[in-house]
Amino acid sequence: MARLPLVGRAVPGAMALLDRSAAVTRLPPAAVPPAPASRRRPSLRWLVSGASVAALLLAWYLATGPLELLSPMQLPSPADACDALLEIAGEGYADGTLWQHVASSTGLVLYGFAAAALTGVPLGIMMGQSRLVEAYVNPVFQIVRPIAPIAWIPLTILWFGLGTSAKVFVIWLAAFAPTVINTWTGVRNIDGTLVEAARANGAAGRLMLLDVVVPGALPAIFTGLRTSLQACWMVLVAAELVGSFVGLGHVLIIATRDLNSGMIMVAMAAVAAMGMLMSALLAQVERKAMPWKA
Amino acid sequence: MESLTTAGRGGRRAIPSRRAMERWVMPALGIATLFGGWALLSGLGLVSPAFLPGPLTVLRSMAEHTREPYAGSVLQLHLLASLEKFLISFSIAVLLGVPLGLFMGRFRALDWAVAPVFEAFRFIPPIAWVPFAIFWFGTGFLSPTLVIFAGAFAPCVLNAYRGAKQIDRALIEAGQMLGAGRWATLTEILLPASLAHIVAGIRVGAGFGWQSLIGAELIVGSTGLGYMIVQGGSNLEPAIVISGMITIGLIGAGIDYGMRALQRRVQRKWAR
Repeated sequence: MARLPLVGRAVPGAMALLDRSAAVTRLPPAAVPPAPASRRRPSLRWLVSGASVAALLLAWYLATGPLELLSPMQLPSPADACDALLEIAGEGYADGTLWQHVASSTGLVLYGFAAAALTGVPLGIMMGQSRLVEAYVNPVFQIVRPIAPIAWIPLTILWFGLGTSAKVFVIWLAAFAPTVINTWTGVRNIDGTLVEAARANGAAGRLMLLDVVVPGALPAIFTGLRTSLQACWMVLVAAELVGSFVGLGHVLIIATRDLNSGMIMVAMAAVAAMGMLMSALLAQVERKAMPWKA
Repeated sequence: MESLTTAGRGGRRAIPSRRAMERWVMPALGIATLFGGWALLSGLGLVSPAFLPGPLTVLRSMAEHTREPYAGSVLQLHLLASLEKFLISFSIAVLLGVPLGLFMGRFRALDWAVAPVFEAFRFIPPIAWVPFAIFWFGTGFLSPTLVIFAGAFAPCVLNAYRGAKQIDRALIEAGQMLGAGRWATLTEILLPASLAHIVAGIRVGAGFGWQSLIGAELIVGSTGLGYMIVQGGSNLEPAIVISGMITIGLIGAGIDYGMRALQRRVQRKWAR
């Protein structure tokens, strides 16, 4: 009963004030046209979208191929990109096949992200529930947070070297702040009446936490996790570009050195694809975790 | 315990001492833990100064490098170089991104045409543009521009788009009925009505752009704060690295503060 939509409606203004990344946006599913006209519109929509993508691909092909507007180094032709893809998927490139690089990068993101979720959510809940904890942690946060996570990379390399731990640390760092802040805001914005009602019905301690606080803050928690995930990929690529032995960022830097623009494109596409995939998975989890929102 | 769980509603039982705890004691303790812990770690020799120099060493190094050049120039000049790159490409991103977002929100055909392309590019982290930035703009001053642009552009577009989408259609129709032309509709209705969203997007974009800039400077270029800290890192001089990080943090906070002030002004002016 207490699990029903106790969900605090996050106050958008308050979130934006607290966290610049909370406002990071997804493209809202392109607005469905108003009901009456919707019989004909969707097909027109796909036509326009398809034509636009086709035109772009055609322009790419023409500019790099027959017309030779751009040199292969400025922009690889589709054929170059395909060759690069086959090369890295088959014999490998930059000391590994595509799968090895993807697995390495994805693993690092997962580790850092999981660590941030496991530490950030509890801290956010504690800050949301106790003014004292908030008063203690918040100033530290305010001091440390403006330092871009990316700026930690040289220091972490100095501390941990070029291996796994340095990268997991910066990824954790990047994902930690958005997770904590959104969780904290989420807990803070739970409707006070709900908390009172739950208490009047005898909820306290664990029950209050699991049945009122966590479900109430869940939408905000997931907002934080989504933001974190994007930050994770950004920092991972930066860290791998600065120094690494394997991973998609490593492919990027080797391909830059080799002036292999086709390979660069493949690596960029792989990063984007993995980012997209992980966001989609997270959205699935979100849907499963909050059945009442569906 | 009880007041702990009612925290969401603010301290209703305002015991003065508790208030003082929240206002002064705990924040002071937190800050003391941060800096005291830092000072102790390096001061007691728990961590070698080669890894983590104490706060005073860092401050001294910072002061020193306002006079003595490191990695090519003094701290202020690195800072200026970074700021200059940031301002140039951030302005370009705002000037292109906001109108694109507004038009996408206003004209459905444009939305349909751009959205799939935009969605495909959105998941490429800004930093991944570094290789092409090098190929297109060389390794010089302009090289990070593309990366900053990539960081700042998307939030500007998305928020302007959302702003234009949430406008009450009746408002636009009323305007048109009163004789507003295409241009007037854009400047007199669309822009003001979505301004709050636009500014929110610009603020997010500024944060991303600044981060992306630092990331780009770590990898390419020979000026700027990012370059300075990566040089300090490879020369095993953590004091340089940390003073660079502090500067980056200060500027980042300054940018965000400015943006927040702008946001407040806009909200006050257009709040209904």
